[in-house]
Amino acid sequence: MSRRETVIFALVAAAFALLSLLPFVGSAYFMTLSISVAMYGVLATSWALFSGPTHYISLATAAFYGIGAYTVGAGIEALPYPVLLLIAAGLGAATALLVGLATLRLSGVYFVIFTLGLAEFIRQVVTWVQNNFTGSRGMYVLTDLTDRHIYWQLLALGALVALVGWAVNRSRLGFALRIIGNDELVAAHSGIHSARAKVALFVISGVFASVVGAVMAPRFTYIEPSIAFSPELSFQVVIMALLGGVHRLWGPLLGVIPFTLLWELISASFPTQTVLLLGVAFLLIVYFIPQGVVGLLEKLKRKDGGHA
Amino acid sequence: MDILITGILLGATYALLAMGLTLQYGVARIMNLANGEMLVAGAFGAFWVFTVQQFDPMLSLLFVVPLAFVLNWLIYRWLLLPLVRRAKNRGQLEVDSILATFGMSFAMVGVMRMVFGGEFFNYSYLATPFNIFGSPFGLNRVVAAVVAALICAAIYVSLHSTRTGMAMRAVAVDPRAAGLVAIDVPHMSSLAFALGGAVMAAGGVILSTFLTLDASIGVLFTMKALIIVIMGGVGDVRGAVIAAVILGLAETAVASLIDPGLTLAAAYLLFVLVLLFRPQGLFGRRSS
Repeated sequence: MSRRETVIFALVAAAFALLSLLPFVGSAYFMTLSISVAMYGVLATSWALFSGPTHYISLATAAFYGIGAYTVGAGIEALPYPVLLLIAAGLGAATALLVGLATLRLSGVYFVIFTLGLAEFIRQVVTWVQNNFTGSRGMYVLTDLTDRHIYWQLLALGALVALVGWAVNRSRLGFALRIIGNDELVAAHSGIHSARAKVALFVISGVFASVVGAVMAPRFTYIEPSIAFSPELSFQVVIMALLGGVHRLWGPLLGVIPFTLLWELISASFPTQTVLLLGVAFLLIVYFIPQGVVGLLEKLKRKDGGHA
Repeated sequence: MDILITGILLGATYALLAMGLTLQYGVARIMNLANGEMLVAGAFGAFWVFTVQQFDPMLSLLFVVPLAFVLNWLIYRWLLLPLVRRAKNRGQLEVDSILATFGMSFAMVGVMRMVFGGEFFNYSYLATPFNIFGSPFGLNRVVAAVVAALICAAIYVSLHSTRTGMAMRAVAVDPRAAGLVAIDVPHMSSLAFALGGAVMAAGGVILSTFLTLDASIGVLFTMKALIIVIMGGVGDVRGAVIAAVILGLAETAVASLIDPGLTLAAAYLLFVLVLLFRPQGLFGRRSS
């Protein structure tokens, strides 16, 4: 580790430590907002871990999130909570592995299409199983976990994502993925097993999304398929990550914070038009800041460097 | 037997959707994730004509189709052509167009919710029995299948026997080479995109005569159309028609034998099988 890296490491660790003290100062509303930011932060960062370097757009966040939330909902009466988190991670990994093995050997379009309907597909299957075998559709999730505990868990996940992302970027795997993103043919010719690399990272990203779903489950109190597998979640995560910029590890976070706050405002003032505004916001980002906030910052920096 | 006929009747409409998507993806090179919303918009048009104006919904094709054509033309010209110009290669265009159309799909759902509300809607049209081989089927389904097949045939013939159709097929094969033989590629692409959108809207009108729809159901039809196109092989009209019938049959079988709520699962099952065994399409040749 170079000196610079040590300093950055210490700063990030200090930031996380400071953030973990947040529940002791803010109001309840502030806590809710922080949970949203932390949740989307983890989701968007883990999304960008895979989709950033490879340019494969995953629209399946809601599917993983739902799997996690449902695992906790279905098992909370029978098993201790930490075990459920592990099961959620395992199910998320298995799903990502199956999807990855089926589609990532082929061109990117198949992957996008497959992930587009994945949440809806799993929702149908879960609804069907519940209607036919368990009798009731919804489930109550009653735990003694408070908002504070959920926030701390999300923060810990955030630290883990940052660590994993940092490690992957330095590893051979991360390097391989960047080559795949630039030119898959070149990657294959330089001896990279591209399908294996892509599947590995997709699994990592899927596990994080599932665990986030599992952590968030106690907040719902009541879970049913249409809540857990809401397609808008996948969409919001993609928007935020793109707004921030996906080619830097810390990029998505720059999108998550403003967007969550803005969203809070919008859904409070125009509750009926959220879907339309979401779509318009997305289009604006795709057309006007395709590289995200990070891209803009870097452009400014380059300009300054030119003058100096 | 009932499943077979119902499946084929449904498959005819699906073939129409696949045709629309083939035009947009095969010729204009836009992977359009908003095409299901275009379909729902068409269905709303028919619904409005039927309930407010008391016309026959099939007549609404006369105004829904030109309207959708113009709308999609504008979408391509204003929103997608800038992306085509910006893209350095095909991969870049694919990513950009997926993101842009994904955003559009949400924007369209939002607009439709605002105008029509979020409820399910349907209407009763030709709900009289019609006998095929001694078993009764809804006359609306039969009429829908016939109209869909007619539109499909008309497009197929015009693609293969007119000059414009030939130019479009040339663009589908290779846009750069098409440019070299004096085909106006941006013009042909806009035409194909607009036509594809109009076909999707027509599919919506037809589906609305026998299905219950709501503003946010579009994504299901997007999935189905995409799966059919992939199963048939991109750009292969004959493959798409057969794939559409297979999907129609599979869905009908699952709906009547297991549960009507699992139709998307049937589509996914087919999709996985295709990806595992014939990713190049039913009749495609394996590329290196």
